[in-house]
Amino acid sequence: MTTLSAVPRWIVAIAAIGAIFVLLPLVAMTTRVDWGQFFPLIASPASRDALLLSLRTSLAATAVCVVLGVPMSLVLARTTFPGQRIVRALVLLPLVLPPVIGGIALLAAYGRMGLLGRTFEVLGIQIAFSTTAVVLAQSFVALPFLVLSLEGALRIIGTRYEAVAATLGARPSTVLWRVTLPLVLPAILSGAVLSFARALGEFGATLTFAGSLQGVTRTLPLEIYLQRETDPDAAVALALVLVVVSLLVVGLTLRTSGITRRSIL
Amino acid sequence: MTGLVFRARVAARRFEVSLDVPEGTTVAVLGPNGAGKSTLLELVAGLLRPDSGAADWQGTGFFGEGLWLPPHRRGVALLAQEALLFPHLSVLENVAFGPRSAGQSRAASRQAARRWLDEVEAGDLADKRPGELSGGQAQRVAIARALAADPALLLLDEPLAALDIAVTPTLRRMLRRVLVGRTAIIVTHEVLDALTLADRVVVLGHGGVVEQGDTQEVLERPRHPFTAELAGLNLLLGHVVAGGLETAVGRVVAATGLAVGTRGGAAVRPSAITVHAREPEVRPGNTVLRVEVSDLEPRGDVIRLRSEALFADLTPARAADLDLVPGSAAWFSFAADDVSLYGL
Repeated sequence: MTTLSAVPRWIVAIAAIGAIFVLLPLVAMTTRVDWGQFFPLIASPASRDALLLSLRTSLAATAVCVVLGVPMSLVLARTTFPGQRIVRALVLLPLVLPPVIGGIALLAAYGRMGLLGRTFEVLGIQIAFSTTAVVLAQSFVALPFLVLSLEGALRIIGTRYEAVAATLGARPSTVLWRVTLPLVLPAILSGAVLSFARALGEFGATLTFAGSLQGVTRTLPLEIYLQRETDPDAAVALALVLVVVSLLVVGLTLRTSGITRRSIL
Repeated sequence: MTGLVFRARVAARRFEVSLDVPEGTTVAVLGPNGAGKSTLLELVAGLLRPDSGAADWQGTGFFGEGLWLPPHRRGVALLAQEALLFPHLSVLENVAFGPRSAGQSRAASRQAARRWLDEVEAGDLADKRPGELSGGQAQRVAIARALAADPALLLLDEPLAALDIAVTPTLRRMLRRVLVGRTAIIVTHEVLDALTLADRVVVLGHGGVVEQGDTQEVLERPRHPFTAELAGLNLLLGHVVAGGLETAVGRVVAATGLAVGTRGGAAVRPSAITVHAREPEVRPGNTVLRVEVSDLEPRGDVIRLRSEALFADLTPARAADLDLVPGSAAWFSFAADDVSLYGL
């Protein structure tokens, strides 16, 4: 089905400029790829380590985001408490904060000299500059994506289905598992995909809080940044890999958010 | 005490109502939008906490001082205007939701669900998804789902209002069948719903109970202009005199067995009123009242002519003949036989 658009032509023209603005650098980058050396470049041990580490830590961070973010969204969307608006603003803060600041904040909390770092030190656990630190940094910046999309979805579906379920005799936990979560499942999925994408691209907080140790904390974006100094061709090849992964993620998000819209309407 | 005993106040909604629903009876709650009908249901269902008040069902407290029973433990099922079937579950799973939540096995809940679907003549819809149903089918399934939860008290919030006019009679008949012997509160602004489904009516007006009683009694002999309006009747209030009722707009001639001087109400159907553009001759046994036309309102195949105290229904042809406009003087006449005069 197509509907007649009522958008003025000059709007279309500006939109086209915007699209070119986004696409041109990406296209330009592909022209710089040394295709003959592409696979050897991305298959070097350092690149492979970085890619696998990135995927592993991003998946772990996504899991953290779902486990913590779903309850946070439920509390924000379904309860009222004093200071709720402030709490919401603070939870979403990592969205707008420069990631470096996130890294500094994480160091202050979990670093060796940090607030909780000393306690962990006593227990023999060191978080900063470990793979755990990478996951924490990624979770810190990615969590708001899940909370934001899920809280919105929870507000859109409203509480009417939950009220009906309760009057049919379902306890709050039953309502949650059998009604609320199935209804917002598409939003959880698209939120998780967005979080994964944000985690995958994380750079600033990771570098500050976790450092850049091959195979331990050097994720793909860090590796690309590093390679750019020594081997620009490798950097471009790896960048292309990240672009493709990101494209897949974006495609997946659009599909799942499409499901969200359909299931609500 | 048997049945529901309810009294609650919600200041923010200017709601203050006390209400009893004896076990096994269906009570219709009538009232205009904003009268507090939905608030009443939300309070009974446990979806809203009152500022003060108390309610209990057969001795089990729903709310009260220091007492709050959560909705899932009240045994109160709510059927809303929209079916609100869970979109991610099949029709059968929707109906099985109540029994399943009550702890029955999957097999037993499904068996119960099939039985209730058959009861509402929707057995063939079991495997469908809610999105595939028409409005009438969905509401049928919602009725089955509510009944399958085996509620002690059934709350119906305008269950027929959102449906296509062609399917409402069938569903109304079905509701009448399933409500027999059940305790239920049905919120509606359709007098027909009250007459077919309810034993008693409660009329709410702006946050409080205006009048209540036996359905027929209340709707045929309204005591409040508001109820009369709902029932589609003219109501004139006044005091009884020899041969009629003295009201603010004039004397109504009617047979009366009431003591002179007591307060009384006279109910007249708007279709029984003859409208004249000039003062007619007064025949014995007829009442003639002079009114000022305030409004002409098309209602289906009649025109409702309103004045401050009375309204009359005319055919469009008659209305055109009379050529009355807001502000015109008119005379309403009706026979004593068409007046129902009763004591208040």
